[in-house]
Amino acid sequence: MNQGFRAQAFRDPAAAQRLIDAAKGAARKPIAIMEFCGGHTHAIMRYGLRDALAPEIRLLSGPGCPVCVTDDSDIDLAIALGKHPDITVATFGDMVRVPGTGGSLADARAQGASVEIVYSALDALDLARAHPDTNVVMLGIGFETTAPTIAAAVRAAAEEGLTNFFLLSLHKTTPPAMRAILDGGEVHVDGVLGPGHVTAITGADAWHFLPVEYGVPCAVSGFEPLDILLSVRDLAVAMTERRPAVINAYRRGVTAGGNAVARQLMAEVFRSSDARWRGLGVIPASGLDLAPAYAAYDARHRFSVEAAVSAGPSAEARGCRCGDVLRGVIAPPECPLFGRACTPTRPIGPCMVSAEGACAAHYRYGRSLS
Amino acid sequence: MCLAVPMRIESIEGTQALVDMGGLRREISLVLTPDAQVGDYVLIHTGFAISVLDEQEAQETLALFAELEEASREMDASQGRES
Amino acid sequence: MGATVLLAHGSGGLMARELLEGLFLRHLGDSELHALEDAAVLDPVDGRLALTTDSYVVQPLFFPGGDIGKLAVCGTVNDLAMRGAVPLYLTVGFILEEGLPMDDLERVVASLAATAREADVRIVAGDTKVVGRGAADRLFVNTAGAGIVPPGIQISARNARPGDQVLVNGAVGDHGLAIMTQRHGLRFESPIQSDCAPLSGLVQAMLTACPSVHVLRDATRGGLAAVLNEIAGQSRVGITVHEGAIVIHEAVAAACEVLGLDPLYAANEGKLVAIVPGDAATTVLDVMRAHPLGAEAAIIGEIETAHPGAVVLRTAFGTQRLLDMPAGELLPRIC
Repeated sequence: MNQGFRAQAFRDPAAAQRLIDAAKGAARKPIAIMEFCGGHTHAIMRYGLRDALAPEIRLLSGPGCPVCVTDDSDIDLAIALGKHPDITVATFGDMVRVPGTGGSLADARAQGASVEIVYSALDALDLARAHPDTNVVMLGIGFETTAPTIAAAVRAAAEEGLTNFFLLSLHKTTPPAMRAILDGGEVHVDGVLGPGHVTAITGADAWHFLPVEYGVPCAVSGFEPLDILLSVRDLAVAMTERRPAVINAYRRGVTAGGNAVARQLMAEVFRSSDARWRGLGVIPASGLDLAPAYAAYDARHRFSVEAAVSAGPSAEARGCRCGDVLRGVIAPPECPLFGRACTPTRPIGPCMVSAEGACAAHYRYGRSLS
Repeated sequence: MCLAVPMRIESIEGTQALVDMGGLRREISLVLTPDAQVGDYVLIHTGFAISVLDEQEAQETLALFAELEEASREMDASQGRES
Repeated sequence: MGATVLLAHGSGGLMARELLEGLFLRHLGDSELHALEDAAVLDPVDGRLALTTDSYVVQPLFFPGGDIGKLAVCGTVNDLAMRGAVPLYLTVGFILEEGLPMDDLERVVASLAATAREADVRIVAGDTKVVGRGAADRLFVNTAGAGIVPPGIQISARNARPGDQVLVNGAVGDHGLAIMTQRHGLRFESPIQSDCAPLSGLVQAMLTACPSVHVLRDATRGGLAAVLNEIAGQSRVGITVHEGAIVIHEAVAAACEVLGLDPLYAANEGKLVAIVPGDAATTVLDVMRAHPLGAEAAIIGEIETAHPGAVVLRTAFGTQRLLDMPAGELLPRIC
């Protein structure tokens, strides 16, 4: 592989230490940086960056894990669709073990529900073509990185005139959640680690509202440890120089303008809607529903399933504090269930199930030996 | 979100491309990056290319890390002379 | 014989006899099997008897580098080898789903027979049942395996001691990723082959050079991480492994990046973990590397008194973290 893109080149421990020293050196006072991408949470924990940057720089985890921010009612709806005899739910692997109020898709599959794991929405289309006798409902999870790929699949279905392919859109967009956190004022955020792959679609210019409206700098970051450390250093420098701005620290993958083709496809297939986020409640214009021209592909319209009735106590009722974790109010070890009643093998909330949920990341990578 | 990895375009047929990483290959869609060419490296997410990677920028970022190393060595050396 | 397996093939009548003689016995040549008795009566053996049983339900039946037949022999032989036993006899029981293509069955049986010959183990008893469509997933195989443990060999997961070193006979994750890249509609073209192989020959070479090997475990489901945790727990010791020393093939690493998986949790079918006294480690390593199934063998870690029951990974990045038991099924992710 071309040297410039080898992951190893961005994992050099010596360079990491220099960036850590530079970042700490640049921070004149303690600063708090929030990331809005589960991929960053995962990498930060996996490479021990949180501890390495403390105490001068605190890394806070925000609502950047699309699986974690999915509300119980939406998960229950997906499961109810899976249990429908005429429906096969096609889902990314991430959602399979996430519990709603009455179990997960994996549990439903054990009880006879038809659930297929796909790597791409296009594979769900193939499933629909290959099985005209069943209705394939694609479970659409993800932010702006994933939404265009789902939009492409829906448009392809429409162009082909497929009648047994549908989408349950649980897609959400990132800026409204950032605003909700900053407007909420529960946690003090000095800088934002911008989601690199979301920004490949939105373009770095999409984050100008952060320095302009909130006075908070944003560094768009890649996902290798050196990418993250470079971004943290750049943020520390910007803060010290009182120069809030958008910094593109992922220049090999991201441009100021982003991917216009992808955004146009999203605009054609989706429209903005109010969405309920775990931990944040309903945020206006933060979700993506299918546009009227594509209503025929909307699983919510096509199938009426009894899902809104919750089958059991919600995770919150059982003491789950995923919501507080997602808002950065507490770190996972501060949840009384962490590592006791709630573990990756027996998770209570999605933050522990999803590979990039803050709780799972802390459990897998952050527990000390004592 | 979001797992996207750099893979090299080996061949293109219509809106589909065969991409490779370390010998692992798959057919993916170029619908979101219609200008991508054979030989380009693209970020692959759920079977789609979402961005064409900029080799030049990648080299510059790596050069930045190397610069840090240089600066650090110089500092170590100068401190050594002072002690 | 028709093109598919039917219920009658399992009913003990003429069709069952036809399947037995026309397919199974054409590939499985042992004299005990051909005697068509109700049980095999074998010569007495001198030494401690090792006995194991396994069932195989892998899907798909045929995967890059192997199939369920090869897997059934290797898995059983390897279980025996992990106690230091020389494998002698195997039994095979088939549960076939009505409608299974006869060609598939024949391929599986031929492969099973060939692997048994390669592993130098006799298949001396067998059984076949057929169940209705939907009652089994195409084909299940159950085995039992018997072997003899040479005198003086004491190998157990309880025997790891501080000061021991941890060795692996090669690269990890190949089997799990070979299966994964072909499943879930993932459809990756990949050079990844299952590492499915019978390890008894390698183990015998190791024990000849070092009879005081403490632990041998094959790293199957749950991968290297699972087996290290089991050993740490059963021996009540701490294990530290060095990420940089663990061999991972390039395509496996790539597949793990693309699918969001950790190769330390991916299954293997031809890899063992050996825990040996510190002063014997390089000797054992040399013996392993001289064997075709140990060419990429490496010392990956050590046994300690600290953190008993826990496995610590020293990362290539310079940090350290707990290497936990896997939580459940290995699932690809997009986030």
